[in-house]
Amino acid sequence: MRQIVFILIICVLAGIVVMPATLKLGSYALYRPRVDFSLGSKRVFRDLELKLGLDLQGGTHLVYQADMANIPAGNIDEAIQATRDNLERRINLLGVAEPVIQTSQAGSQHRLIVELPGAKDINTALTTIGQTAQLDFREPKTASATSAADLPAGRQDFTATGLTGRDLKIAQVKFDNGKAVVGLDFTPEGARKFADLTTKNIGKTVAIFLDNQIISAPTVQTAITDGAAVITGNFTIEAAKQLALLLNAGALPVPIKIVEQRNVGATLGQESINKSILAASVGMAVVWLFMLANYGIKGLLADVALGMYLLLSIAVVKLIPITLTLAGIAGLVLSIGMAVDANILIFERIKEELRWGRPLSAALELGFHRAWNSIRDSNISSLITAGILFWFGSGSVRGFALTLIVGIGVSLFTSITITRTLLRLIYDRSRL
Amino acid sequence: MTDHASDTIDFMRWKWAYFAFSLLILVPGVISLVAYKLQLAIDFTGGTLLEIHFQQALDNSHIRDVAKSLRLELSSIQPSGENTYLLRLKPITAEQNEELKKALGSNVEEKRFETVGPVVGKELTQKALAAVGIASIAIVVYIAWAFRHVPKPYSSWKFGISAVAALLHDVFVVLGVFSLLGHFYHVEIDALFVTAMLTVIGFSVHDTIVVFDRVRENLPKMADKSFTEVVNFSLTETLVRSLNTSMTVILTLTALLLFGGEPIRWFIVALLVGITSGTYSSIFNAAPLLVLWESHAKKH
Repeated sequence: MRQIVFILIICVLAGIVVMPATLKLGSYALYRPRVDFSLGSKRVFRDLELKLGLDLQGGTHLVYQADMANIPAGNIDEAIQATRDNLERRINLLGVAEPVIQTSQAGSQHRLIVELPGAKDINTALTTIGQTAQLDFREPKTASATSAADLPAGRQDFTATGLTGRDLKIAQVKFDNGKAVVGLDFTPEGARKFADLTTKNIGKTVAIFLDNQIISAPTVQTAITDGAAVITGNFTIEAAKQLALLLNAGALPVPIKIVEQRNVGATLGQESINKSILAASVGMAVVWLFMLANYGIKGLLADVALGMYLLLSIAVVKLIPITLTLAGIAGLVLSIGMAVDANILIFERIKEELRWGRPLSAALELGFHRAWNSIRDSNISSLITAGILFWFGSGSVRGFALTLIVGIGVSLFTSITITRTLLRLIYDRSRL
Repeated sequence: MTDHASDTIDFMRWKWAYFAFSLLILVPGVISLVAYKLQLAIDFTGGTLLEIHFQQALDNSHIRDVAKSLRLELSSIQPSGENTYLLRLKPITAEQNEELKKALGSNVEEKRFETVGPVVGKELTQKALAAVGIASIAIVVYIAWAFRHVPKPYSSWKFGISAVAALLHDVFVVLGVFSLLGHFYHVEIDALFVTAMLTVIGFSVHDTIVVFDRVRENLPKMADKSFTEVVNFSLTETLVRSLNTSMTVILTLTALLLFGGEPIRWFIVALLVGITSGTYSSIFNAAPLLVLWESHAKKH
């Protein structure tokens, strides 16, 4: 009896987790609660939304390689973290919702994995995201005055002034005679440096460098002391916006370059969702019929357990939370097979015990008891491979491994505990 | 439990036939593996995969010309649906991708764009090999440990190694089939294929363990019987379960194959082939191998 109550409570809880955010019942509406509590200093928050991977909702997956050549060994972790934070700022400025940015290490290689869900047409922005964006102002090298007429072209003709992107308060797109420019506002410190620079170089050309490339080389007309400057280049509005965005986010501490990129169109994602729901339902229905046809009333109990398996595993996926990918769904569907396997093992064992002349009640208990060794050993071997998959993989492989592990764990519970409780319930009644 | 023998199927009588059947499947696959190797996807080799949809049908040669004019190295074009094409190229950047799409026309819809650098590909290859190797070793060790109570003079290591032999059988069946599929239908193997491979390994061992477990249980009970008889009896007992379990898995996979999405089609095929092979090998390879080995050991 205690077990039945326990199972019922678990099912109700799982049902609450799995239900849609709002459920309309006639004129009433039920709202799904959120999980939000603190364990010591750690806050646990789950909105209980099903997180979909990029292959299901469409989006862009990027892997950047960080160039650590100029970073002292002790500062690497700090530098990669700062780069991560900076990327996050840039992406937030781009207006992409819920980006996931992770760091990863493969051997001595440091990588940043960026996932941008649902992002469309951001291909051009991607190059922007990966730019180092080191802004600095330089003045002519030689003492001999250079006039605007013979504009120095090479970067060797300029020398750094110490005024860089760090001295920037904010960059904004502005319009100058209908042309897009990027307006800069300096911090007080930057304003002072900029005043010095312009006072010293009246009539000369100073250069604004971005990542060691000249983007603008204006001639100083008068000393500017109010801490405001303008970069005029032949910007399109789009380019000006992106430059302003980069300058506002600040320069990357380490240069990065793209080593992997995957885009999935949103339509393909939606198609995949529809198809996998259909496939999972058909697969489930066929297994249901199969068990019913083969094992009669016991099969029906296994089917009930299987329904609970589905409910519980989706609840666990939502609670952890695991990002569901296409392969992940395949993992869940595949473990339907494993969930049933435990029941088949038990039922076959019960049949055998009955054949050997045991009374029904003993056969039931022995069936569970004796099948347990096989179930345990075979599931542990599956867990070993799933664990290795998790270690080996990233992205969709990891999603598959995770759902497989969840599937195996939940299926052990449903196919043993739940089936046994239901069996006992029915056979106890029938004896009365 | 009086008459073990009456309805016991004499599986072991045909053991050489089972091995012969396995060879029949394995040999063409292995020859194909040696001759044609495997078609590796960009996950391993590095490169770009671009899936694009057009409003109207397009000529392959037109796409080739456009790619050529942009100096992109296009290695193959494959139709992947109505007016949809899968292009494979040497790695290109996002800007080059934009240029290509612009050059192909205004109503081009990008369904998928994937670029993998060569370094990442090489790492994945190493990791995949390591994963399969570690999984095999872990399983031998686990089975040897799980079967440590096998009564003397039988050795738990023989159980473990026979299970892994069956597992390698399944691995090579799948690899062989995909080598042939790759050669004749340009099916590529990617990171998901490695996943399927490891899952097949898990399942294959799962099946073998159920059979071996029964052998272990029956050994002390049937002390007066020969090892071969014990195995025959155990196989008979577990046959229905093995077939039923494999049926359910094969049914769910078939549903995924028929109704699931295109992106995981070959992943499902790999699982189907592997799990079917796994069911066969646990009954018809692992158990006979164990019998051969144990009876050989007894003679000495």
